[in-house]
Amino acid sequence: MVFEYAAAPESSAIVNIKSHYNLFIGGKFVKGKNNSNYKTINPATEEVLAEITEASVKDVNEAVKAARKAFKTWSKLTGSQRGKYLFRIARIIQERAREIAVLETMNNGKPIRESRDIDIPLVAAHFFHYAGWADKLDHAGLGKNPQPLGVAGQIIPWNFPLLMLAWKIAPALAAGNTVVLKPAETTPLTALLFAEICQQAELPDGVVNIITGAGETGKALVEHPDINKIAFTGSTEVGRLIAQSVAGTNKKVTLELGGKAANIVFDDAAIDQAVEGVVQGIFFNQGHVCCAGSRLLIQESISDNFMNLLYERMKNLRLGNPLDKNTDVGAINSAAQLAKIKELTQAGSAEGAEMWSAPCEIPNRGFWFAPTVFTNVSLSHRIAREEIFGPVLSVLTFRTPDEAIEKANNTPFGLSAGIWTEKGSRILEVANRLRAGVVWANTFNKFDPTSPFGGYKESGYGREGGRHGLEAYLKAGK
Amino acid sequence: MAELEIKRTAKLFIGGAFPRSESGRTYEVFDKNKQFLANVTLGSKKDARDAVTAARSSFSKWSQATAYNRGQVLYRVAEIMQGRREQFVTEVNTWSKTKKQAEIEVDKAIDLLVWFAGWTDKLSMTTGSNNPVAGPFFNFSIPEPTGVVAAIAPSQNPLLSLVEIIGSIVLSGNAVIVIPSEKQPLTAVSLAEVFATSDVPGGVINILTGSYKEIAPWLASHEDVNALDLSGVSDKAVALDLEKSGAQTLKRVLRPNANLPGLERIKFFLETKTVWHPRGL
Repeated sequence: MVFEYAAAPESSAIVNIKSHYNLFIGGKFVKGKNNSNYKTINPATEEVLAEITEASVKDVNEAVKAARKAFKTWSKLTGSQRGKYLFRIARIIQERAREIAVLETMNNGKPIRESRDIDIPLVAAHFFHYAGWADKLDHAGLGKNPQPLGVAGQIIPWNFPLLMLAWKIAPALAAGNTVVLKPAETTPLTALLFAEICQQAELPDGVVNIITGAGETGKALVEHPDINKIAFTGSTEVGRLIAQSVAGTNKKVTLELGGKAANIVFDDAAIDQAVEGVVQGIFFNQGHVCCAGSRLLIQESISDNFMNLLYERMKNLRLGNPLDKNTDVGAINSAAQLAKIKELTQAGSAEGAEMWSAPCEIPNRGFWFAPTVFTNVSLSHRIAREEIFGPVLSVLTFRTPDEAIEKANNTPFGLSAGIWTEKGSRILEVANRLRAGVVWANTFNKFDPTSPFGGYKESGYGREGGRHGLEAYLKAGK
Repeated sequence: MAELEIKRTAKLFIGGAFPRSESGRTYEVFDKNKQFLANVTLGSKKDARDAVTAARSSFSKWSQATAYNRGQVLYRVAEIMQGRREQFVTEVNTWSKTKKQAEIEVDKAIDLLVWFAGWTDKLSMTTGSNNPVAGPFFNFSIPEPTGVVAAIAPSQNPLLSLVEIIGSIVLSGNAVIVIPSEKQPLTAVSLAEVFATSDVPGGVINILTGSYKEIAPWLASHEDVNALDLSGVSDKAVALDLEKSGAQTLKRVLRPNANLPGLERIKFFLETKTVWHPRGL
C-alpha cells in the first residue's frame, strides 16, 4: 500500500531578498571597489536569487582596517558588555528563526525540516552559549586574564552556512576579537542577513565585517598581514594551502577539514536503530557533511539482513522540493558539487564496486542526486578513501572488532566515527581506539554548542564548541 | 700510572637500542675551549625513517598505558638522572660558563621531570570536560595524544630544553623523535642512556644526533609524523621550509618563537576526542 503525501511547502513570502547586496564593512553596507558582481541561485530551481558583490583585495583591506579599528574598543569592553551584545544577537536569531530558515533552504537546497529544526536553533544556541562565556574567560582553562588574539579572518563553507558562521563568530567575539568573515561563494544570503541582525543588535561598527566572493577573496583575507588568526572550515585541499600560506608568520590557525567517517555496526546492535542511524549519518543534509558516516562498516554475520533493511528504508526517503516540510533529501548545492559526486561514483563503478540508488523521482530543474549505496567496496577504492560530500554510502564488511577498528582508522582523515552495539564495554574500548575527534555511539550527526568538535590527522586542528572552542581565540594569561 | 679512561662511543637512540648511523658517519664535537670531546654519530635520512617506524610502533602501547604508569616511568627517569647528576653537570659544564650554572640547569631539568610525571593523570581532569548538551545524551571530551612528534631542540640550555621538549610531548602518550643541539649533543647521548634504563618502552623516545638541517626535512615531509616542534630551529628560512612541508600532511607545527608557558606546551600536542551516547531506560 502506498501512501501519497500532499504537498506541504513552507511559504517563501516570509523572506525579503534584495536584488543586489553590497559588502558589510565597518557597520555599513558598502559598494565593492571593483564593481564586480556574481549571481547567487536557488540550487533546487536554478532561479537567480540575487546579485552578490565580489570583494576585491582593496575591499578586504578596508574590512581588515575596520576590524582593526573596532578591536581597540571591543577588546576593552567588559566581558559582560560583550556578552550582552551576543545575547541580543541570539534573541534576534530566535525571533527571526523561520525567516532565516527559509532563506537558508532557498540558497542552500537543504530540507526546511533541517534548517528549521537543526541549523537555525543551533545558531541561536551557539550565540547564547558563548554570550555567557564573555565575562567568564578566566575560567576558560588558560590562566587568569587571557587575551584576545586581534582580528580574525574566517572562511566558511556552504553546507551549513549560518551555523558555520555562528561557530566562527560567537567564540571570537566573546573572547574580544573582531572578525572579517567570508561566507561561501554559493551561499552568501544568510550571512548578509546576519549583517542586518548585527545592525539591529546595535553591535559596534567593525566588530563583524562580512565580505562576499570566491577563492581569490578568501586568499586575500588569509594573506593579509594584519590578520592575527585564521579560522577555516572547508576542504582538506584548501586547508593545506592555508597552512602553507601562513607558514613563517605569527598567525594562529584552526582548520576544520574533510572526513571519511566509519560508521561501525556490530552484530549485537539494535538493528532498526542502527539502520536509522546509518541513514541519518550519510543522507542528512544530502551528505554535504564533513563528519558524514560515509563508510559503513558492517559485521559480516549480519550484513545481508542489514543491507535489505537499509534498502527498504532508503526506498521511503523523499527527495524533492527543499521547502516542502515532508522532504528528507534536498538539492545538491551546486552544479560543480554534483559533477564531483558523479565523477566519484563513476570511479566507484569503474573500480568494481556495485552501485544501488533509491528509486526516487528526480526533478527536472535544479541539482539532484538520489541516495546511493556502493557494496563490494575495498579499502583501496577511491569511494572508500576520498570524501564524496554527497548522498553516497560505501559499504565494507569486517569479522572482528580489531578488524573494524583497523579499517576505521585506515584513512588520512580523523574527524568522526560511529559505533553501533548494545555492549557498553565494547563502546568504550572502540571509542578509545578510534583516531577521530568526535565519536557517536548509538547515535550520529549530533551537534551542540557545549560539545567540542574537530578532527585528528588531516581533518585539521583546533576545536569549535564548548570551552575548548574559546581556546582558538585566546592566548594564555600570564 | 693512572688507569686509562674508557671513552664512550656516542650513538643514536632508536627503538630502545643504540645503533650507529646506517650511513656510517660521525662528526667531531668540541667544548667551549675548542677541545675535542667526542666523535658523535651523524644521523641520516634512513635513520630518521627508522626512528619514525620505531616511534609509530611504540605509540599504540604507550598511549594506551595508564596515566599512572606513564607518571611512574617519568618519575623513574628523574630518579636515574638524579643518580647521574655529577656526570650531567660535567657534560653541561663543557659549554656553560660556570659549574654553578651547570648545576642549576641539571637540577632544574630533574625538577621539571618530576613536574611532568605528576601531570600524566591530571590532564584529563583539567583539560577534559563533561558537556551538558541540550538533549538526552551523555557527552564528554577527553585529551588524547596527537601521535608521533618530531622535535628539534635548541642549543640554549641544551639539557633543560631537551628535557622540556621530550617530557612535555611524551607525558600524554605521544612518541617523539628529537634532534638535539648539533654542537652540544653529549647530554642528549647521556639522557638516552637514562631513558634506556628507566622503563621507557623502546621507541617512545628516539634521539637522532646530527644536523637538523639535514634530518628535519625528512621528518617534516614524512606522512607518519603528526606534529613538529620547531623550538630549536634558529634559521628562519629553514623554519619556513619545514612548516610549509609539514602543511602538506596538515601537521600541527609549534613554531620556533612560540614560547608556550608550561601547560600550554603540553596541550599543544594533544587532540580532543568528544564521545556521545544516548541516555534512556
